[in-house]
Amino acid sequence: MTLPAGEILLTQPRSVAAVRKGGRWREKLPVLVLFLPPALVLFTMFVILPMGEAGWYSFYNWNGYGLPTQFVGWRNFEVLFKNASFLTALKNNGLIIVISVGVQIPLALWLANLLSNRIRGAVTFRLLFFLPYVLADVAAGLIWRFVYDGDAGLAGAIGRALGYPDLFLLADQKTAMGAVLAVIVWKYFGFHMMLFIAGLQAVDRHLLEAAEIDGANRVQKFFYVTLPLLASTLRLSIFFSIVGSLQLFDMIMPLTGGGPSNSTQTMVTFLYTYGVQRMQVGFGSAVGVVLFLICVVLAFSYKRVFMRND
Amino acid sequence: MTKTMTALSAAALLSAMLMSGTAHAQTVVSLMHVETGAPLIEAWEKIATDFEASHPDVDVQIQFLENEAFKAKLPTLLQSDAAPDIFYSWGGGVLKEQSGTGALYDLTADMDAEGGAWRNSYNSGPLGGLVYDGKVWAVPYKTGSIAFFYNKEQFAKAGVNADSIKSWDDLLGAVSTLKNAGLTPLACGGGDKWPLHFYWSYLVMRNAGQDAFNAAKANEGDGFNGAPFVKAGEQLRQLGELEPCQAGYLGATWPDSLKSFADGKAAMILGFEATWQNQKTNATDGNGLAQENLGRFAFPEVPGGVGKATDTLGRLNGWALKANPKPEAIEFIKFFTNRDNERALASAGFIIPVTVDSGDAVTDPLMKQSAEQVAGSTWHQNFFDQDLGPAVGRVVNDVSVEMFVGNLSGADGAAMIKSELDLAL
Repeated sequence: MTLPAGEILLTQPRSVAAVRKGGRWREKLPVLVLFLPPALVLFTMFVILPMGEAGWYSFYNWNGYGLPTQFVGWRNFEVLFKNASFLTALKNNGLIIVISVGVQIPLALWLANLLSNRIRGAVTFRLLFFLPYVLADVAAGLIWRFVYDGDAGLAGAIGRALGYPDLFLLADQKTAMGAVLAVIVWKYFGFHMMLFIAGLQAVDRHLLEAAEIDGANRVQKFFYVTLPLLASTLRLSIFFSIVGSLQLFDMIMPLTGGGPSNSTQTMVTFLYTYGVQRMQVGFGSAVGVVLFLICVVLAFSYKRVFMRND
Repeated sequence: MTKTMTALSAAALLSAMLMSGTAHAQTVVSLMHVETGAPLIEAWEKIATDFEASHPDVDVQIQFLENEAFKAKLPTLLQSDAAPDIFYSWGGGVLKEQSGTGALYDLTADMDAEGGAWRNSYNSGPLGGLVYDGKVWAVPYKTGSIAFFYNKEQFAKAGVNADSIKSWDDLLGAVSTLKNAGLTPLACGGGDKWPLHFYWSYLVMRNAGQDAFNAAKANEGDGFNGAPFVKAGEQLRQLGELEPCQAGYLGATWPDSLKSFADGKAAMILGFEATWQNQKTNATDGNGLAQENLGRFAFPEVPGGVGKATDTLGRLNGWALKANPKPEAIEFIKFFTNRDNERALASAGFIIPVTVDSGDAVTDPLMKQSAEQVAGSTWHQNFFDQDLGPAVGRVVNDVSVEMFVGNLSGADGAAMIKSELDLAL
């Protein structure tokens, strides 16, 4: 029944284009039949279906036992947007993006610029700066919990040396988020630095030489040649920062668990604390739906607006 | 011919497989728990081995799951084929919720068989705490009470007499005296939140009493917005204003706070019956405070409060069985919590037993005080964060910390608990 494309060409003389089209389709069909269903089934089962289910659960008051029966309409969403901790979580996610773009990426860019030059020890430094990124988030969180400890930690020792004997950064709601942000910058600047180094290697040396011949100084070379050529890497880097901020969970839990007084809650830790730990699957699903919508809107609009040409 | 041969040999093979299957068949009884102490698990393993010795067909598997993971996983687990036969329970609202889902086995008939022999082997108080709608949903395992433990040396140094702390104002006075003596009065695990909810719970019990609390739990009348609940919050704020806890307590977990107490960095801790062992495990030097250096006193009364000084807040742990259990699982849990085993665990200092005539088996002097307190309790209340269910319970924990810190007024805190209860009911 399924003849190879070549035979069809011999037996049924048609226009070449039409034959090619039909032939391609016939060639593709077995591939489609063989390879599409597994992916489609898995994707449907583990992505599409749970998303739909979350949407369904979000309209119910449900503790996870049996089937959801108590329909509550939009109540979960109303409660959510009145919840002060959720608003803090939203604000914190925004803050993480701002710090990523305002501190982390410039730092990474500066270091990448230094280390992409052929200086002694560049490779060692690259490795050192990249190391934190290799570390598991949970491990990083646990390590920094010790570092910030006011009794036995490094921060405590520094505090005592400077005349602040009771320096517990993670226990104070005014300083906790700052301390968490410092860990985030420490953890991820190496990753962005690597992106920039890769980007810098693709920059054509001749352009820089030409600028040099034209009398451009280092600052001018950076701002008028390097930076514009790095723009697409930069946009990608910011995109990763945004997505990373929206996903941030495993580092926060061992560090602060979202506390004190919910001051370091992110959207995902909020979901875990209020949905999973409290066994409020309905409410948790509502948080998930909101998080999903925020992710989709941010990701797609960012891609549309800033990464259209990349 | 060949066909029949093949069929025959296949049948023979199949029956051989089945036979060998039955020959080696062991009924697995799985028990899932959250306890972390290695000596305790060894004691449990011994009970399991004893049981297996008299029941050669049974293989008892004791499985550990970390506390939070256990709580998060249980709803899914219970509705799957992988559900453990027997699992740990804190009683209260969670057990009540589970009992309504059909996922649990109703033990009433087994308890009442043979003239209620099984039921009557337990004290009625602990057993009653595991009964909902007149049905028994879990087998009691251990009980206990929350009380203040103090460092005798530090109290003597500051000139505080623990026996004279009878009212809330006495406690506040003691806190001030300790502070003035340059000591840290309390070790608090504010990062875990629930250690601070004990304060609000006891204040509610002392102010409102049993009837008002039960009415609030059922959301009758003003519910948690009632005057005694608001007052409890204000009193908690009073304590918080004295800044009685160790530095950095808002980031401290429960083990962290036990460590502060064990290392002599705080004079008091509001803790469980097994505080002496608990502080020892968490001490920096592995020993902590000597038993002679440790004193214990009940949570003080509140002037004008309805509750009695003899009302107790404390644990009630039991074992629940999944629906349609294996007969061996029921048999095992009956054996596990029989008088001999409860007494053995009690004399080793692990638990305060729930079986009748077993309190004397407790040897640890502070545990003994706790056992006596529970035995003479006029109202034994399960932990609020268990009793009120996972959702309202967590709000109580959150709100307790916020009131202690001074971020919330007593009235606002109570209102937040009430509004969560409104949503839940």
